[in-house]
Parts: sequence; C-alpha cells; structure tokens
Amino acid sequence: MSEGLVIAVPRGALFEETLDWLDRLGIATGEVRTNDRRLLFEDVGLITMRPSDVPTYVAAGAADIGVTGKDVLMEQSEAAAAGVGRDVYELRDLGFGRCRMVVATVAGPDPAAEALRRLGVIRIATKYPRIAAAHFERTGRQVEIFEVKGSVELAPLTGLVEAIVDLTATGTTLRENNLVVREEVAICTARLIANPVAHKLRAAAIEDLLERSRAA
Amino acid sequence: MILPIPRGTRDVLPDEMRELAAINDSVRAVFAAAGYGEIHTPALEYESVIGRGALDGARPAYRVFDENGEVLVLRSDMTVPIARVVGTRYATADLPLRFAYLAHCYRAARPQRGQPREFLQAGIELIGAGGERGTAEVLTVLCGALDAAGLARYRVGLGDAALYPALLASLGVEEAARPPLLAELGRGDFVGLEAGLRALALEEPSIELLLEVSQLRGGADVLHGPPGPVADAVAGLRAVHALLDERVAARIIFDLGLSRAPGYYSGAVFEVYDPAVGIPLGGGGRYDHLLGEFGRPLPAVGFALEVERVHEALAAEERLA
Repeated sequence: MSEGLVIAVPRGALFEETLDWLDRLGIATGEVRTNDRRLLFEDVGLITMRPSDVPTYVAAGAADIGVTGKDVLMEQSEAAAAGVGRDVYELRDLGFGRCRMVVATVAGPDPAAEALRRLGVIRIATKYPRIAAAHFERTGRQVEIFEVKGSVELAPLTGLVEAIVDLTATGTTLRENNLVVREEVAICTARLIANPVAHKLRAAAIEDLLERSRAA
Repeated sequence: MILPIPRGTRDVLPDEMRELAAINDSVRAVFAAAGYGEIHTPALEYESVIGRGALDGARPAYRVFDENGEVLVLRSDMTVPIARVVGTRYATADLPLRFAYLAHCYRAARPQRGQPREFLQAGIELIGAGGERGTAEVLTVLCGALDAAGLARYRVGLGDAALYPALLASLGVEEAARPPLLAELGRGDFVGLEAGLRALALEEPSIELLLEVSQLRGGADVLHGPPGPVADAVAGLRAVHALLDERVAARIIFDLGLSRAPGYYSGAVFEVYDPAVGIPLGGGGRYDHLLGEFGRPLPAVGFALEVERVHEALAAEERLA
C-alpha cells in the first residue's frame, strides 16, 4: 500500500532493484514488471519514467516521492547552485544501484596530465557536464567539456578528448575499451526523494513508508 | 512580428489580469481591515544600502550603474526596503508600525524551469511587536488573506529558525561546522545532513536527536523534546498556537525542521502549502535583528505571498471541485 502517495519509479538500471524495494514495503509491483509499455499504474500509485525525469516530476508535485540516482541529483543540483535550490528533498540513501563517477582515460601514460602540462587544458567528454565542470573547478584544473548523449567511451578512442567523466558499476565497459580509471569523483547510490510540499502535507504517509523501509 | 522579452518575465493579458486583480483586491482589503497601511518603495535601490540586510538565498540578482556610477539593484523582496523605510522615515514614530504591500520583486531563477525572475508579492510587516503576540497577529492576517482569496485547502507550516542552530550549539557542534549542516537542512538534503553529522564524531544519541528534530512535523502531538533548545522552541510554538483563533489554529502544521532561505529570520518562521502546487505559496517569520542594521533595533515579523502561485492554486482547486 502506498496510502495514496504517487511514487515515481525509474526505468533503466535502477528499475528492478526499485521494484524489489517497493515489494518489501508491501506495494504490489507485479503489473509494473509484466507491462513495459504502460507508464502509469494508478491503482498502486506508481508512475514509471527515465531516471533523469524523476526529479522533474517530484519537484513539480506530479509525483509525491520518487527514486533516482545520486548522479542525476548531483547533475541537477550543480545546475541549481546559483538559485535558491530546494526543488526536492533527499530523504534516504537506499543503498542499491551503487556505482562510481570516475575520470577515465586510455591506458598507459596519462594523456590528461600531458594535455594539462603542455596545453593548459584537458578536453573532457561526459553525459554529466555540470558534475565534470564542478569537479575540475574544485581541483583547480582547466577543462573544455564536450557533452555527449551516446557512448562516452568512444570519445577518447577517437581523439575527440583526453578523458571522460562517467558512471561505472563493474568497470567492464571501460576495460573492454582499454580505458582506466584515474580519479574517483563520487560514489552514487539510489536515493529516495520527496516533493517539499508533499513532505509537509503527506507527512504521516511518508514517515510510515520510511518506517517500513527501515524494517525491510 | 514576434519580439522576445527576457526569460523569466511575462506579459499578463486581460483574462489573467482580471483574476489576479480579484486576488489582489481581496488580500488588500484584509490587510487594510487589520490596520496595515499600504506603502510603495522604489524597485531600484542602492546596493550599498539594501546590502545591509543579510539576504543569503535571496540576494538581489540584477544590478545596473546609474549616471554617477552608483550600483543600483532591483529589490529581491520588500522586507529589506521596508526596514530601510522604518529606519529612515519612522525613526521616532510610535510603535507598533503596520505596513502592507503589493509589489513586484526580482530574483535570479532558472527560467528554463519556468521560475520567474519577476514576481508579484503581497505581504505585511509588523514592526515593534515582539514575541508570540506579534507572530500570532501576522499568522491571523495571513490566513485571513488566503481565505479571502478563496483558497480552501491550504495549510501553514510553523517552525522556529533559531531552533536548529541553538540545538547544534548545545550539542557541542563547533561554530565553523554549523553553516554546512544548516545549508543541508535548508536544501532538504537529509542524506547529506546525516553524513555531515556522522563525520563530526558526535555521540549517537545527539545524532539521533538532530535527525529526529529535522523530521518532526505534523499536529500538536509532534511537539515534544528534551529540555534545552527543543523544549524552548516547543514552548514558544505552543504559546503562538494558544493565541490563535480556532479557524487559524486548524490550518497550522508544526514543523521543527522548517528553515527559510533569507538569513535574517531569527525566530518563528512559517510557510504556506497547498496540495495542488508543488512549491510553497509564500511564507515569512520573525526577523528581530534586521531593523538594527537600518538604525532602529526593533523586533519585527511579516510574510509575503507569491500572488501568481496563489492564483495557480486557486485554478487547481477549481478544477478539482
């Protein structure tokens, strides 16, 4: 039972584990598992979407709570840093979906260090331009960022960039492309987020769900 | 010809304007009936003057140079300009002072997410009335204005901005370690708050108390806590609640973890919620130290409603009805 709460569920890498977590809370996910076309499961209060859309729905109140990766929240909160920035509340680290946000380059002598020394700037390809920019700014290095939407591993192999900033779970894709991890930017896990108004007005239902999550 | 206007600004055409004007007329009548005199101040102020108010989270975002090279800012709220007016024009006036306003304010926003840079605020400031009685009067006018605008389902969250800083201090968190924790509380990053507290080597019961207080919200039954800052804040909130009419008291949600962006809040703080809108419709609180920055140290309390969001909530309530 979700007690009338609308819960945003991410499709993709976090999908199965999010559904398992919901099962442990006693929310029926059978229909969501068997039906990949349907997006809206009103009878159980679940809506499914891309992980990066979860904060958008939750911030606007179209969903009361949701599950998404810390990588998505970091990318959006770097964007929010200039503003007042209280779009969604981050209630709980759910622990699953653990991956690392890393800086990687081709194996051998570090081409990023070489570029920084000789050219004064590292070229970086990433799907997370704001996290990447913030990381290099914090560590005092100049970078040029190329935002790509598809396979980031391609960029350093073709000479587009010297390094990439990307999420890796097992490191297999990096290894297969002869890439090695040079730095760790952050550890990312699944987070439970809430709309700030729902957090106040639906406090009892949300606390009850957190209580069941602790017990599960 | 399609000619653009800056992102985050908009034209208001007659159909919408009529509905906004109806809201404005209703709240203006409530302010006037409660004895609050409407005032106007310039949208442009000197940065050197307005900067005396600590405005973290609501700093003026737009600056221009005037013909003498002075830096002017577009006001980001009306509380700080009214503090200036009190210090300058009411230096010896009898207290309390009651001011109301309907005015456009300007803040940096993420316009790609539909946040406005220019928005209409309707609010009041009660100056020179300290303590629970002043807070209760302002909450009463706030609910009167929302009722008059026609909102049926709103709630007002009530907390104390001084509670969390005092609690951190009483549990031995060093002064330098407090601002990041308060920023995490303000952002609602409770995962970050817990990680920050655990990194400080506090005792486990202290960490649990701090995390529990950050989440304590609901009816009067949430109002409990050990002696010290929590009990003091609870006593203060109970005293405010006891002064409210039944009609107003029924709207209140207690929220010990509530914190609001501008840094000038010093005591009771409140926020207006409507289930149809995902962001607060407005809010306010006590700012007992701000007036001193403008030469007249006085306790004060006020609120501002975002008129366009109240309108959005009204439209949503109509759809549901």
